[in-house]
Amino acid sequence: MTNSASQSSMTHPLTHLVNLSQPLSLTEYIREGGYQGAKKALQELTPAEVLAIISDSSLKGRGGAGFPTGMKWSCVPMFEADDVNAPEHKYLVCNADEMEPGTFKDRMLMEGVPHQLVESMIISAYTIGADKAYIFLRGEYHLSAKRLQQAIDEAYSENWLGKNIQGTNYHLELYVHTSAGRYICGEETALINALEGKRATPRAKPPFPQVSGLFGKPTVVNNVETLCNIPHIIKNGAQWFKQLSPESDAGTKIYAVCGRVKTPGLWELPMGVTIRELLYQHAGGMADGLKLKGLLPGGASTDFLLPEHLDTPMDFDSISKAGSRLGTGGLIVLDDQNCPVAMVLNLIRFFAQESCGWCTPCRDGTPWAVEILTRIENGQGKQNDLDELANLCDFMWLGKTHCALAPGAVEPLKSALRYFQDDFQQHIDKGCCPYTGSHSQSGLASNVAQACGGHAHG
Amino acid sequence: MQIIKTVTLDYRQYLTEKEILEIEHEVSIMETRESAGIEALKIVQHHRGWISDESLNAIAQLLAISSAQLEGVATFYNLIYRQPVGRYVIHICDSISCHLLGYQQVLQAIKTHLGIDYGQTTADGLFTLLSNVCLGGCDKAPVMMIGQQHYEHLTSEKAVAILNGLIQSKDGNLPGDILDKTDVGATIVEVKND
Ligand SMILES: Cc1cc2nc3c(=O)[nH]c(=O)nc-3n(C[C@H](O)[C@H](O)[C@H](O)COP(=O)(O)O)c2cc1C
Ligand code: SF4
Ligand code: FES
Repeated sequence: MTNSASQSSMTHPLTHLVNLSQPLSLTEYIREGGYQGAKKALQELTPAEVLAIISDSSLKGRGGAGFPTGMKWSCVPMFEADDVNAPEHKYLVCNADEMEPGTFKDRMLMEGVPHQLVESMIISAYTIGADKAYIFLRGEYHLSAKRLQQAIDEAYSENWLGKNIQGTNYHLELYVHTSAGRYICGEETALINALEGKRATPRAKPPFPQVSGLFGKPTVVNNVETLCNIPHIIKNGAQWFKQLSPESDAGTKIYAVCGRVKTPGLWELPMGVTIRELLYQHAGGMADGLKLKGLLPGGASTDFLLPEHLDTPMDFDSISKAGSRLGTGGLIVLDDQNCPVAMVLNLIRFFAQESCGWCTPCRDGTPWAVEILTRIENGQGKQNDLDELANLCDFMWLGKTHCALAPGAVEPLKSALRYFQDDFQQHIDKGCCPYTGSHSQSGLASNVAQACGGHAHG
Repeated sequence: MQIIKTVTLDYRQYLTEKEILEIEHEVSIMETRESAGIEALKIVQHHRGWISDESLNAIAQLLAISSAQLEGVATFYNLIYRQPVGRYVIHICDSISCHLLGYQQVLQAIKTHLGIDYGQTTADGLFTLLSNVCLGGCDKAPVMMIGQQHYEHLTSEKAVAILNGLIQSKDGNLPGDILDKTDVGATIVEVKND
């Protein structure tokens, strides 16, 4: 991510201050207009007024589900200062567990401009009346941990955190909690269990966290990128935020592209840029000699799309209409020389490994799918394996599992069975993998996935 | 009939004062003692390299929870080691972007160079090899993490050069020794292939 002169706080609010080699100190961040949103919220606006602005802005969650942020916050019970029924604490938790393969946007925001997240948490916590806030950070993001802690320490020393923030009667404590590597902790109720020191299995909903979350108290969990929008919306207004995007989904989005493209990376663009523009203009198109075969538009747990979908805008509604999900906005590109069966096997193996084991369809279904896919990729697939996989997709679909991890695994699998049917069929018919240049799965010797025509896999 | 021997343990005789202080700090920012579980495990692992049964029991006692509950937490996470590991734990990303970019060759080169497979430690106790899910460097795939360092844009040659660098510096002063976790600076080291 590079920021150029044409990028300003008005066009690239989230990233124009990103500096990955040396993030801005508190003083520098303030000089660039930072903490103005927090100042305005705390000194001039009531929590209800902030909430109204956020609701009006149409901001939707950037953590994957796209839930309207204002609506989420409005479910938190509010109390007068002297209300005896008020809970002892309310919590704001920033979901910085970012472990979905193909997703790496939050890392840039935390490493590149940590004060923006701190400021956003002050405003958000104020709005829902939280007095304690946690950043739940994945354990592998060591640099983020260090830089966030530095920013938090600076914020405490300048009274942006702690008691009576900037002379108001609002208090907030903010802590970083680092996890130890488990994807399911990103699911918001599993995250709450993890923060409580329990084994991180998801909880049943209802009750929703806004009513009964961390330690049984009202809790809001929001994604890093969602939160980072807040100071800018407060500073520049809901109308400004809406007009950033030509589509119905407001604001900008940090899009990612990975796979064998010319220049993989991250870009903050108006919400609703087309897949074509993202892939060909920003990511430079396919690497030399490769053709586009398919793509996952929003991380590992979204349905495949095809080259015919290139003109679809990358916003929540349009991607849904095309049959997938915007998810985290991380495009994963499949080229014509990587085997789609091997790709799906890699994805499903991830979900099988990260399944928390709580419910049977997922605990048993995901490894079963891995077993079948391994067989097919190795040229030992049977004709009814494809039906078996389709059945598994049904068994693990929405409503049949305790959380959304298993349905997330189904999305790439089910769509691959449909779009890459020929490839699956060829593996079975020929008894080998037709992609001689593709990469076999780890754990198998590279020549186990028998390539057609006697060529070993590279 | 089987006789089950119970062991009485006093965490104060097992954990160091420093460990206890650090754990109590984590307890102080949470509502309950048990919620410091994962941080406590990480603290002790930082000082001792891994979590033995004795460590686990001592932490559970300090946090006033059952060992079984803490074990349920400890075994849940990829980054808590319940077996001794080498001085450098190699976490190589095997998720989708690294897959599409061919981490398999890099992995094979590491296995061959060190003569170990996943889950094994070299005879000299220097390296343990583990896999990791997406390390958040998908645009710079393939990626691995050793200690607090992320190594990106890997090739087989580059990975071997990184390991050799660590082998050579094992007795000397490693620039920014990655074992010194008090310095959490995760500078991204670029190794030039010549
Ligand atoms: C298996 C699973 C993993 C998830 N991982 C993350 C994550 O790493 N980061 C994140 O923000 N949301 C993640 N989510 C979504 C969260 O449950 C939740 O919807 C989100 O944090 C809400 O924030 P938002 O409203 O700001 O998007 C995950 C969901 C599931 C089912
Ligand atoms: S769907 Fe999978 S991850 Fe979610 S609760 Fe069930 S077993 Fe756990
Ligand atoms: S897939 Fe390897 S870093 Fe993301």
